[in-house]
Amino acid sequence: MNAPNTAGWRPEMGEAHIARDETFTGNRALMLEERLIFEIGDTSTTGVDIDPAPAALSRLGSLARSAPIGLPGLSEPETVRHYTRLSRQNYAIDLGLFPLGSCTMKHNPRLNERVARMKGFLDVHPLQPRETVQGALAVIDELAHWLVTLTGMDSVAMSPKAGAHGELCGILAIKAALEARGEDRKVILVPESAHGTNPATAAFAGFSVENIPATEAGRVDLAALKARLGPDVAGVMITNPNTCGLFEPDLKAISDAVHAAGGYVYCDGANFNAIVGKVRPGDLGVDAMHINLHKTFSTPHGGGGPGSGPVVLSAALSPFAPLPYVKRDADGSLRLVEEETAGEDQPESFGRMVAFHGQMGMFTRALAYILSHGADGLKQVAEDAVLNANYVLRSLEGVLDAPFGHSGPCMHEALFTDDGFAEGFSTLDVAKGLIDEGFHPMTVYFPLVVHGAMLVEPTETESKAALDQFIGALRSVAMRAKQGDPALKSAPHFAPRRRLDETLAARKPVLAWKGDQGE
Amino acid sequence: MRYLPLTPDDRSAMLGVIGAGAIDDLFVDVPAEARLPGPVPGLPLRQTEMAVERHFSALARQNKAASDHPFFLGAGAYKHHVPASVDHLIQRGEFLTAYTPYQPEIAQGTLQVLFEFQTQVARLFGCDVANASMYDGSTACWEAIGMAGRVTRRRKAVLSGGLHPHYVSVAKTMARFTGDTLDTATPDLGGTDMARLIGAIDAETSCVVVQYPDVLGRIEDLAPLAAACQAAGALLIAVVTEPVALGACRSPGEMGADIVVGEGQSLGVGLQFGGPYVGLFATRDKYVRQMPGRLCGETVDATGKRGYVLTLSTREQHIRREKATSNICTNSGLCALAFSIHMTLLGERGLRDLAALNHARAVQVADRLAAIPGVGLVNDTFFNEFTVILPKAARAVVHELAARGVLGGVSLGRLYPGVAALENGLVVAVTEVATDEDIAALEAALKEVLA
Amino acid sequence: MTRYFTQDHEWIDVDGTSGIVGITDYAQSQLGDITYVDLPAAGTAVKKGDAPCVVDSVKAASDVYSPVSGTITAANDALGDAPELVNTDPETGGWLFRIDLSDAAELGGLMDKAAYDAYVAEL
Repeated sequence: MNAPNTAGWRPEMGEAHIARDETFTGNRALMLEERLIFEIGDTSTTGVDIDPAPAALSRLGSLARSAPIGLPGLSEPETVRHYTRLSRQNYAIDLGLFPLGSCTMKHNPRLNERVARMKGFLDVHPLQPRETVQGALAVIDELAHWLVTLTGMDSVAMSPKAGAHGELCGILAIKAALEARGEDRKVILVPESAHGTNPATAAFAGFSVENIPATEAGRVDLAALKARLGPDVAGVMITNPNTCGLFEPDLKAISDAVHAAGGYVYCDGANFNAIVGKVRPGDLGVDAMHINLHKTFSTPHGGGGPGSGPVVLSAALSPFAPLPYVKRDADGSLRLVEEETAGEDQPESFGRMVAFHGQMGMFTRALAYILSHGADGLKQVAEDAVLNANYVLRSLEGVLDAPFGHSGPCMHEALFTDDGFAEGFSTLDVAKGLIDEGFHPMTVYFPLVVHGAMLVEPTETESKAALDQFIGALRSVAMRAKQGDPALKSAPHFAPRRRLDETLAARKPVLAWKGDQGE
Repeated sequence: MRYLPLTPDDRSAMLGVIGAGAIDDLFVDVPAEARLPGPVPGLPLRQTEMAVERHFSALARQNKAASDHPFFLGAGAYKHHVPASVDHLIQRGEFLTAYTPYQPEIAQGTLQVLFEFQTQVARLFGCDVANASMYDGSTACWEAIGMAGRVTRRRKAVLSGGLHPHYVSVAKTMARFTGDTLDTATPDLGGTDMARLIGAIDAETSCVVVQYPDVLGRIEDLAPLAAACQAAGALLIAVVTEPVALGACRSPGEMGADIVVGEGQSLGVGLQFGGPYVGLFATRDKYVRQMPGRLCGETVDATGKRGYVLTLSTREQHIRREKATSNICTNSGLCALAFSIHMTLLGERGLRDLAALNHARAVQVADRLAAIPGVGLVNDTFFNEFTVILPKAARAVVHELAARGVLGGVSLGRLYPGVAALENGLVVAVTEVATDEDIAALEAALKEVLA
Repeated sequence: MTRYFTQDHEWIDVDGTSGIVGITDYAQSQLGDITYVDLPAAGTAVKKGDAPCVVDSVKAASDVYSPVSGTITAANDALGDAPELVNTDPETGGWLFRIDLSDAAELGGLMDKAAYDAYVAEL
């Protein structure tokens, strides 16, 4: 497929080939094609020198491998080149503004990487005796303390592996609390604008999900919510600031009403970045909230993970928190509360969610970030994030439809729609046009509550100059969509690939390379 | 502050464009009583990079690092040498600071890596297809049980006593809420529970879950169990916590497992005190629509060039919402990358050589420890990890070894607190990082502690 | 044989107590490229309004509701290899499943072609 292009340039073609974009290799200067390891490597090549095995009698019994595995190897130089070439086909926050709404693509400080790689953290086994890991336990304990402090909550469960896992933790705590009360409440209320994980999580835990309507101003309809509350409602899952980029001003009233009706309030903390250091969710009556360390606290997204999703809990839910967690004993030493002592330390815990103790490598990074910013810096984070989003909102509302622009300032992200685009032009075209301008597109088609949504979250780590360039680019692309520029329909033109055929990928799934198996 | 580019002048100019007098005008929706008047009480103010680094250095020094000591811990997390190029490559900003590849035209790097990773995992496990990774081995194990329930429309899972106790705990937590029934057991030092597993399969059984090698390090032919599952319409789930083993041993897929899940930490990722790790998940082609987690697939672009996209996403929460196969919306991308790079550096030849070295080292250590008076070897078979029975409780021995600077293994007392029959058991893992001096130190220290 | 339509854009051809169900041309045009059809197993008992079948496009999964109660007797296996039939031939070759009706009176609540066309024109 990406083999030398024999149909490409030949001497007699002269300069004509340039327009046709054809080279012998398929490369275009710094844009380098790279084939699969299965096509360039082979099973007899290795890039690692390994000591010969000493003589020993096999204890594999009858299970010694006889069949080949089919795993190609590359030498070290080839390996470095393969992955370096592939890396250059990626957009990244290190390259430019990455305004993916709800994802908080902020700068990832390299100090975080340095501390996470200190031998005392990177090279420690999770089951080492406690006296050999006091420093690692201290990191978990210290981060837990600051997360509780920043959110004004009672405790925090550190082990959830990502945001959705944290949601599950919070919902299981609610379910366990209801069980302890002897109540079988079945319904979780979720706004239509919620992340898809919210209903998926509630359904997994055996709840049925009902939607809460929104007001014209894009907020939860308090009156409708109150009307639905009753003895069958286990709780609500609310995102605040919500996925339209708006603060829910009635959250305290919602919490009071839910509590009065015997339910619990789960807050999706994906958007905590907008209020960190300014507002404590605990002051708003929240019972559980996950914190995406890879969003608010700058741990890297890594092309889709790993995440980390600690869950802060109210006093009402703390007794049900999962195992394990770190506890400081009277003598000042730290230990893990696991199944063994749960009976004394945490008798109502709903149990273990994961082997070992959570995402230690993310804890070190997040703690380094919190300590670097401090209380004053984090307040500034929220303020600059909100300032940047409002600057984008007001700079573009003349050219793009901003459905809630009239209702006042947004928080950390600005929402636009496709209203006013020429016939046949969509949000997707604008996204692909932005790629050609050198930006990662914003979140598209989410939230579902408006048509052709475009959700822009610039974050606080962008300079005014970067924002001005992005605003100029988005204005230009939006004008092309409104005027119906046909070249926009086929964008991107300058990326490593043109638009990819997702229908083909889904109809005839090719999920593994089988080129050496006669297919 | 070094992470914030806006200057005071920028901020006032921007407020001007917005038409706001002050920053707090942008927070008008926040009720006044919920707004903190100043910085969060109790949290110190900003610090320099140097000060923060110093703080962490002090904490890191309080830990005994595996590479500074004779080290023999396993039980679900293994110390292997990770080549320097792995860490260099995963720190390239284009990998480290990219998001989930939702815009495939500018994410072909991540996507091609995932396609290669999926193929590597599928081949290693002897399966048709693998996903783009999950949180870790324990969550992958539970997801496999859930998937078996969807495929078979049954709700009873039979778990081997040889399955890592943390994995069992995770499954128990989840099953309590989903209403699945789990048939569990603690390990029997006298032998594996193959007969129990086969006997427990009935018409309600969705799956049997067996670890390979098991938590005590034993390996066993899974083919009879696979046949028994198939005859009853149940699925066989095999759990691999040490993928290097498959460089020396037949894969579970070859022996008939329907779903193979695992912990990929031992290749590329490092110990990291338990996370982040990388869950591996592979199965048969025919079950792919019931599989959880992200999938990358091959396709072509508008000009016919080969490229890759995330696909079959209608299984996932952002589309299916409450009908999704799982609520998971992340993979362990960077750890999957590290796994894949390490596997590419090894290649099949390197993996087989590495596995052979691990096995030979482990055999040496097992023989030397078993020769110590009062110490007995539990395993007939093993790869790079085995269990010895000591003449006294192993938990105390582990602490005494640590006091002598030797990280000597994982006690069964730690893994199975309160189970008297197991309290003298010590699980010892031996990889290529153990030197002759390390092995001699373990032997000497254990003799001393048991004397 | 008589064809009826639902407000959820299914059609059903009824011949005696046997029916064939599919989605309308309007429905397929709204869904876009169909990538996969999750078909029901023969023998499945359904009530009117149940969703025994799911139609996937790249970015959406849509339930197909049974217009009537009854027992599924067959599914259109051709869609396994060629889900695009639902796009190219929605109201004949792209049918989804056959059903034995248990209560023919339920047909009274459905629309005929003229009523359905008028209904779609209003959308």
